[in-house]
Amino acid sequence: MAIYKTVKLTVVGLVLMVCFLINNTVESSAADRIEMAYIDPLSGTFGNAGDSSLKHYQYAASLINKAGGIGGKMVEIVPFDNKANPKDSLIQLQKAIDRGMRIIIQGLGSSVASALTGGIKKYNKRNPGKEVLFVNYAAVDPALTNKRCNFWHFRFDSHVDMKMAAITDWLKTQKDIKSVYILSQDYSFGKAVSAATVRMIKEKRPDIQIVGNEFHPIGKVKDFTPYVQKMMNAKADAIITGNWGSDMTLLIKAASQAGQKSPYLTLYGGGLGAPTAMGRSAVGLVKQVTEFHENLDASDEQKKKIDDFEKKYGTDYYWERIFTSMGMLSKAMEKAGTENIIGIAKALEGMEYETPYGKVYMRAEDHQLIQPQFISTYSDGVERDVENTGFGFKTDLRIPAEASALPTSCKMRRPS
Amino acid sequence: METIVFSLLNGIIYGLLLFMLSSGLTLIFSMMGILNFAHASFYMLGAYFAYSIGSVTGFWVALFLAPVLVGVAGAAVERFGLRRLHAEGHVAELLFTFGLAYIIEEIVKIVWGKIAVPYKVPAALDFPLFELFGSQYPAYRIFMLVVSLAMLFALWYLLKRTRIGLIIQAALTHPNMVAHLGHNVQRIFMLVFAAGCALAGLAGVIGGNYLVTEPSMAFTIGPIVFVVVVVGGMGSLEGAFIASLLIGIMQTFAISVDATFSDLFGWLGLSASSELGGISIPSLAPTLPYLLLVLMLMFRPRGLMGAREF
Repeated sequence: MAIYKTVKLTVVGLVLMVCFLINNTVESSAADRIEMAYIDPLSGTFGNAGDSSLKHYQYAASLINKAGGIGGKMVEIVPFDNKANPKDSLIQLQKAIDRGMRIIIQGLGSSVASALTGGIKKYNKRNPGKEVLFVNYAAVDPALTNKRCNFWHFRFDSHVDMKMAAITDWLKTQKDIKSVYILSQDYSFGKAVSAATVRMIKEKRPDIQIVGNEFHPIGKVKDFTPYVQKMMNAKADAIITGNWGSDMTLLIKAASQAGQKSPYLTLYGGGLGAPTAMGRSAVGLVKQVTEFHENLDASDEQKKKIDDFEKKYGTDYYWERIFTSMGMLSKAMEKAGTENIIGIAKALEGMEYETPYGKVYMRAEDHQLIQPQFISTYSDGVERDVENTGFGFKTDLRIPAEASALPTSCKMRRPS
Repeated sequence: METIVFSLLNGIIYGLLLFMLSSGLTLIFSMMGILNFAHASFYMLGAYFAYSIGSVTGFWVALFLAPVLVGVAGAAVERFGLRRLHAEGHVAELLFTFGLAYIIEEIVKIVWGKIAVPYKVPAALDFPLFELFGSQYPAYRIFMLVVSLAMLFALWYLLKRTRIGLIIQAALTHPNMVAHLGHNVQRIFMLVFAAGCALAGLAGVIGGNYLVTEPSMAFTIGPIVFVVVVVGGMGSLEGAFIASLLIGIMQTFAISVDATFSDLFGWLGLSASSELGGISIPSLAPTLPYLLLVLMLMFRPRGLMGAREF
């Protein structure tokens, strides 16, 4: 009996020791690198969008690592699949925090960003000294840097109102367009697109008639033909849509099959499968407002970076702002130390940064990046094409960073 | 006018696609009493097989080969899975097909990846066939219509005009009698299961490039197929046909209507600015089949043409 007890104790002791050892090795290996959590859809309807942006982040990390890392530490992007679902995202957030990650990256879906920013705010309040930072590279519901802003959230893309301001400014010069049709995804982001469009058109072009203002379920529609048919019946001079990912691809596919000839003013018509679905019929018709497209003037160094990326991953270089976010983040981390989240956030506030396409800055008031925007058209005869279609985007209009800044209602509480 | 024509055309094509899926499901159900939860997964397999085969041999070979392969897979599932479980009763069979649906989805994710594959309409059919009211109509949709109608006719001929059809119909209602007459009822079951799966596979081949070929496609369309079968009446082919067209047309029409609840029920005093009155009919389109399902179960539980109640 006594022997049995000794054996039992020894086993328990050994198990504990092994646990301790494993735990220790994990800790020590985490100390010489920085793990950043990337929480976005990697499967399902929006999986291709997540796949593309993840590749950009991994490439950005590899460039930083090649240059010696951040404060000598290597950066690693750890992907978490949230299936574009807010509830799953909170579970993935907890997983990432449990694994010791302090930087959370997300962008695809304002509903997800809204859940994450709320979750992170709560977590940081309850766990002082272990704060996490939210890097939002694409969720553009204006509320995130207005009513729902907080100290831990930084947005590296222009929000819906800024993008719509650019589109409606362009509309001011287009006297031929007398009516528009708005098609949006039925969730917070789509509602924001629709509301901003209606409001700004009333301000800037009161003569334009809004002949349709439709919402469709996000990610559920596989055949947009009935919607396209409806737009054609409404005889709109232009279509405005905020659709992204497969909702954009399938919409434009249905439009080109039906031979629709109206211009499309889009936020995300320039990538992630949409150009492949457009083909020749969309030349001159599809426009986008973005911070980047491949035919912008740039240094040879930047062009080589784009080429290297496309060669390495076999997919289009689309998200310039991902490199901006990583560049600014690493600058802030160098300054404040890689573990000091409050310091990093404070360093980001008001930071100015030189991108290959002009100067940008992170507005301290609401943590909204102010950057130049470009309206461009899907055209023939361009230097660089998109998705091997032979067509690419040409700039119509450059909106300087300052001009695209809008006032904010954000009143955030800062840690003392 | 153009709204009606286009909605009808698109609705019928979608409806026929649904029928191709639900016909197999309802045949299997009426014959073996199995509600095959994995049925839509065979639809997905059809699309993926066609994508892989098509990238080697071209679309036309895949159009014939992919459904056959799906049928073989279906036969294997019946022979080595369901037949063994038959003695355990319906719950075991139901759970088996339920699990199978998940296994097939995971296998698809492993083999073809988690995101949509570029399964495209063949170049020979990728042109506008005719122009109607200033809008082009893609040839591929008419091709889908033709394939669906051909399948419909072949199925009808097989069941109603041939000896095999006679035996199948007899086995539906009097399996013991058919067995006593010297027919191998087990094999008939296997063939029907395989044929049902092959039909689902065919729907996948022509639907996969019309819609999107991705791992979630089975779970997107699966529930609607069940709605078709229940609304049409369990085990009734005619009922499934009517229900498919009904749901297809209803969904496309709902999108083209430009009305809100307040327009419909304004006479009841519902105002356009209220929460309920502001709901538009197009935004309800995806829920309409389920509304129909609930109403059907409430007022006519045996479905449109069904013989049995559930």
